[in-house]
Amino acid sequence: MTNDFAQIVTLTFYVSGSALLISALIGIPLGAWWGFHPFRGRKMTTALLYTGMGLPPVVVGLFVYLMLSRSGPVGGLNSPFLPRLFTPGAMILAQVIIAFPVVAGLTMAAVMGVSQAMRWQIMALGADRAQTIRAVLWEARRGVVLALVAGFGAIISEVGAVMLVGGNIAGKTRVLTTAIVLETRQGNFLFALQLGIALLIIAFIINFAVVLIQEKDGQG
Amino acid sequence: MYQLEKVTRVFDQRFSLMVDSLRVNKGDRLVLVGPSGSGKSTLLRLLNFLEPPTHGSITFEGVSYSREKMPPLEVTRRITTVFQSPLLLGMSVLENVCWGLKLRKIADPEEKSIAALALVGMASFAKKNVRSLSGGEAQRVALARAIVLSTDVLLLDEPTANLDPYNVSLIESIVKKLNEEKGTTILMVTHNVFQAHRLGTHAALILDGRIVEHGSVEKFFTKPEDTRTSAFTRGEMVY
Repeated sequence: MTNDFAQIVTLTFYVSGSALLISALIGIPLGAWWGFHPFRGRKMTTALLYTGMGLPPVVVGLFVYLMLSRSGPVGGLNSPFLPRLFTPGAMILAQVIIAFPVVAGLTMAAVMGVSQAMRWQIMALGADRAQTIRAVLWEARRGVVLALVAGFGAIISEVGAVMLVGGNIAGKTRVLTTAIVLETRQGNFLFALQLGIALLIIAFIINFAVVLIQEKDGQG
Repeated sequence: MYQLEKVTRVFDQRFSLMVDSLRVNKGDRLVLVGPSGSGKSTLLRLLNFLEPPTHGSITFEGVSYSREKMPPLEVTRRITTVFQSPLLLGMSVLENVCWGLKLRKIADPEEKSIAALALVGMASFAKKNVRSLSGGEAQRVALARAIVLSTDVLLLDEPTANLDPYNVSLIESIVKKLNEEKGTTILMVTHNVFQAHRLGTHAALILDGRIVEHGSVEKFFTKPEDTRTSAFTRGEMVY
């Protein structure tokens, strides 16, 4: 039981942590770019991102399942760069699709929240384009951190996508949320409750750490 | 230093600024006066090349720039602006003042920044976060952050608005000293006619995006050519 528990928690961190990292690496620069440069179609992009924030995980799971299944448009390619169904890779891919719009959309909103006057001031101090974007991102850092927290919250707590594309295989693709569903169905309420508490504690520790960092930043 | 020819800046298909001609010589202290929304701040942004003119050209040190050809970074780094709101970055006072120096990879940024902060009486605040500063303190830090860069041109957009008389006097004396000792060209927007008289070597009145009158401060205040300038300097409503 203890081994199972440790393995489930470790895999949960691995899958959701990797998905968040990938979403951040793509979503923060893209969100910053979209927020910084007014471009044709920004309203549509914003609307799509905001819609993406509300994507039902189970629909994302279904989409990824259909894509990666042997008869799907991508799964049939047998590409070494694409994850296979019922592997942590497929779970990470599904969670990236869930977290990306949250991270990119909230980053974009945070960057757009930095006033035009502040951008002019940064440029007036001698910043080139890249330095200006970095400085604006720094000014928007609280919003960017919130974007990451929201993205992590969206994926650590979802069950539909990882259940569909991971299959909840013991020792292989079982994470906290899928394990809770399974243990509840089997009547192992105590273990299900322990897993639930572990999930809450993880979420609390991460959010508390963020609050501490923001408070320290505020006091400088 | 600057020569503007037929410069316009259009916002939302209406003119925000139309300058037929404006010349600013090196070492001038030009004060720009006029009501809110008349285009003074827009002019400063054009002079700092933060925005391109919609039409016309701005010649800086003999090189003409326009919408199609904006100046390179080494040129824009010879100019800086202090805005009405201090607009400090979310870091410590010292880091704010060092920031522009570090961008330029100038040696001993901290030492130079402490000296600039001492000039505005803020050296003891160096380690503090900018969020803990009052409005007057923040504006003094913003000024230190600009003067530490030793730019050829310093643009000031109502830097003393909302400040108490002590801070107004301090900032005015620093600006004057900078101009007289280092030859920095100063362009300053102000609503305060008395301040314009005290500080400027030259003055210009801007109304509805157009320069109504521009000349030496003595002529501007004692023998203005335009009746609107005359009315403005008397403190009468001209807008």
